[in-house]
Amino acid sequence: MKQPLLDMRGIIKSFSGVRALNGVSIQLKSGEVLSICGENGSGKSTLMKVLSGVWPFGSYEGEIYFEGDLVKASSIRDTEALGIVIIHQELALVKEMSVLENIFLGNELGSFARLNDEEMHRRTVELLARVKLDILPDTPVRELGVGQQQLVEIAKALNKNVKLLILDEPTSSLTSTEIEILLNIVSDLKQQGIACIYISHKLEEVLALSNWVTVIRDGDHIDTRPVENLTQNDIISMMVGRELDELFPREEHEIGDVVLNVSHATAKQVGASRAQVDDVSFELRQGEILGVAGLIGSGRTELMQCLYGCYDGHYEANVELEGKSLTIRSQRTALEAGIAMVPEDRKRHGIVPIMGVGRNITLSVLKQYTSWFGALNEDKESQDIDHYIAQLKVKTASPELSIKNLSGGNQQKAIIAKCLLTHPKILILDEPTRGIDVGAKYEIYKLMFALVKQGMSIIMVSSELSEVIGISDRVLVMHEGRLKGQFNHQGLTQEMIMNCAIKEDIANV
Amino acid sequence: MFKTIKTSQLQLFAMLAAMFVIVIFFSFATDGAFVSPRNISNLIRQTAIVGVLAIGMVFVIISAEIDLSVGSMMGLLGGVAAILDVWFHFPIMLTVVVTIAAGLILGLFNGWWVAYQKVPSFIVTLAGMLAFRGILVGLTDGATVAPTSSSLSIVGQSYIPSGWGVSIVSLLCLGLVAKVYARRKARVKHGVENQPAKFEYAKATIAVFVLMGLLFILESYRGIPTPILIMGGLILLATYVAKRTSFGRRVYAIGGNIEATRMSGVNVERTKMLVFGFNGMMVAVAALILTSRLGAGSPAAGNMAELDAIAACVIGGASLAGGVGAVFGAIMGALIMASLDNGMSMLDVPTFWQLIVKGMILLLAVWLDVKTKKSQ
Repeated sequence: MKQPLLDMRGIIKSFSGVRALNGVSIQLKSGEVLSICGENGSGKSTLMKVLSGVWPFGSYEGEIYFEGDLVKASSIRDTEALGIVIIHQELALVKEMSVLENIFLGNELGSFARLNDEEMHRRTVELLARVKLDILPDTPVRELGVGQQQLVEIAKALNKNVKLLILDEPTSSLTSTEIEILLNIVSDLKQQGIACIYISHKLEEVLALSNWVTVIRDGDHIDTRPVENLTQNDIISMMVGRELDELFPREEHEIGDVVLNVSHATAKQVGASRAQVDDVSFELRQGEILGVAGLIGSGRTELMQCLYGCYDGHYEANVELEGKSLTIRSQRTALEAGIAMVPEDRKRHGIVPIMGVGRNITLSVLKQYTSWFGALNEDKESQDIDHYIAQLKVKTASPELSIKNLSGGNQQKAIIAKCLLTHPKILILDEPTRGIDVGAKYEIYKLMFALVKQGMSIIMVSSELSEVIGISDRVLVMHEGRLKGQFNHQGLTQEMIMNCAIKEDIANV
Repeated sequence: MFKTIKTSQLQLFAMLAAMFVIVIFFSFATDGAFVSPRNISNLIRQTAIVGVLAIGMVFVIISAEIDLSVGSMMGLLGGVAAILDVWFHFPIMLTVVVTIAAGLILGLFNGWWVAYQKVPSFIVTLAGMLAFRGILVGLTDGATVAPTSSSLSIVGQSYIPSGWGVSIVSLLCLGLVAKVYARRKARVKHGVENQPAKFEYAKATIAVFVLMGLLFILESYRGIPTPILIMGGLILLATYVAKRTSFGRRVYAIGGNIEATRMSGVNVERTKMLVFGFNGMMVAVAALILTSRLGAGSPAAGNMAELDAIAACVIGGASLAGGVGAVFGAIMGALIMASLDNGMSMLDVPTFWQLIVKGMILLLAVWLDVKTKKSQ
């Protein structure tokens, strides 16, 4: 029998007495892919931090054997030297440097005084070909899309003679085409004998890619099973410990008159030749959930930024809200008019990490609690915070806990609470469930239906097509800044949306 | 929740411990002269100027900016106050009002460049540091403006009559205990976990003892110095602004994540400009105390004071990355710096050693902070 490449035995890791990992054991051979599934906070990341040496040898119980030897890593450098490379959700490339410089960062070829540019260039071309990336080595990383950057990271890992590649939620911000490319490359690496640990919430990918699936729940190792005969529902029920009847809890709701009428929305970066949003017009009805689909770069997010007044270039649009014409010049005017937005990038635009959960929730509406001379009525504020934390089931030990300590799903719920406190007529959700575990997703969907039943209108931008179809009443598809198609959700398939989002010709159904 | 409370309390504890060590050390080294009523009175009067500067600076630092111009600005505003007083014989109240208004305008000027014109605060205030000093030298022709009127001396040199001092401190103590009680009640009402009652009341009791002890010491010399009363008032005001107003909340939010704060509909630019405006007013108050104490406006006044103010904030736990800091911490930082100055001067430590020690203390304080945060 072939000796396993990686053998983690009974890993236990505690944080101030609380067990984050409770005896997890995994084994993996070269050329195999193991997927680890679990809700956020289940211990997946902790396990990977143990494996990659972020938590040094001695700070956990249990043993890790790599190629038969006990690993005693004291930092990431040690595990990288062994051939274990982790690619994080947040990309770790230097945006201002070129692809070549990034790939060789810290491993530059040549002497201290003179770099061997020719050799590095040759190797970079080779590596880029291996990850099927058709770009020049001198391209600055900031000009690349998220998907391409991910591939550059993989190329960087390949350059280090990687034997075990750990991908932590690699596809959470990629479009379908980019995901396909990435999955193909992982399959190629598999052929080349590289082992891979794959962490993802996207179960289709997990099933398509892996040999083994390990499920972790609350730090416990639930099971590791071969992927054959495993279904999405099996994994989900292992993850949540209960059966979910359905992924998308669609509920019937009344759709009323048009509340928002946007016509001729155009947005352009200063000095750019191509408009990011190009003459888009659409309507939104009361109590409607309007899905907006399209590839990244199709202008979906930029369109939403125009509606919320935070687009950073030049934009104009004729916006009519409840029959009244509206000029949105800033986030403040949008909020005052009754438009709130949950931004795409939760960490950058959503939360103030070190502030408490409660204070994050009330940040938009401090005026409501302000009496004379700017004094806050903290009694009233706490009441509202308590109310929304309970209503949205934000799981937090206390409203004063820094929001950075919450899981992604609970942070997202807190941001939604912040928007709801402004009592919006229109709620824009940009990728509301990205990087969020199944349980929290389900709760957010439930909440969306509860809100539209109360008469709110929702615009939801999403890269997950199943979500777009499963939740929306109507779907807009964008392509290169233009509105390419509008569909009713009945009878809509993912293929129809993809065809519309990719192909050049206009399809209007 | 435990963790956040633990860190901030650990920091407070570390500062109190540092203070304690400094006091013990200098008391022994000076055979008790360091803790004589006369010296303590001196020491906390010395703290007043840096303390008031630190109150303004801590808001700037919390909002993730920096102000390098406060030293020059204090010199300039002190010079303005002296000129109004000596050359134009303005009544004291008018001098105070005009100086504070000038401070507000200079601060808002800095803030406008930072917030609306997006020039990094380091550059804006570095420019101010040079320009304000230049204006001061130009206005005064490089000569000292003296002597100031006796009424202006009240600000920096007088003492509060004993009866007043006792009543003010007693009221303060009562208020402190009442506040702890009210906060605990409010927390219970909202189902938020309280820290053990013993612990919180013990803390309040210690604070009361410290205040009373300080009052006793000061009264046994000449009474509460006016600058300390001014600083005390400003501490209360600024703590209130930081913790209990929407303005303060927004300043912390901006420092924590300016983009998210903007997305939440907060007028980020205006808030930032106001932070600099507030800082300018604090600089004006410090300038008045300084000119009054010196009895003159000097073209070199306030030189390098910005560094003391920044050091006080940082020693007091403020993070230059923004979002973290407290008025009380900054004051403690100022007190630690002033104690070192005062103690070393009493021991006749050469000035160059004083600078080295202060530099090392600053480095050590931040290093400890980084260490404790990392181990979290």
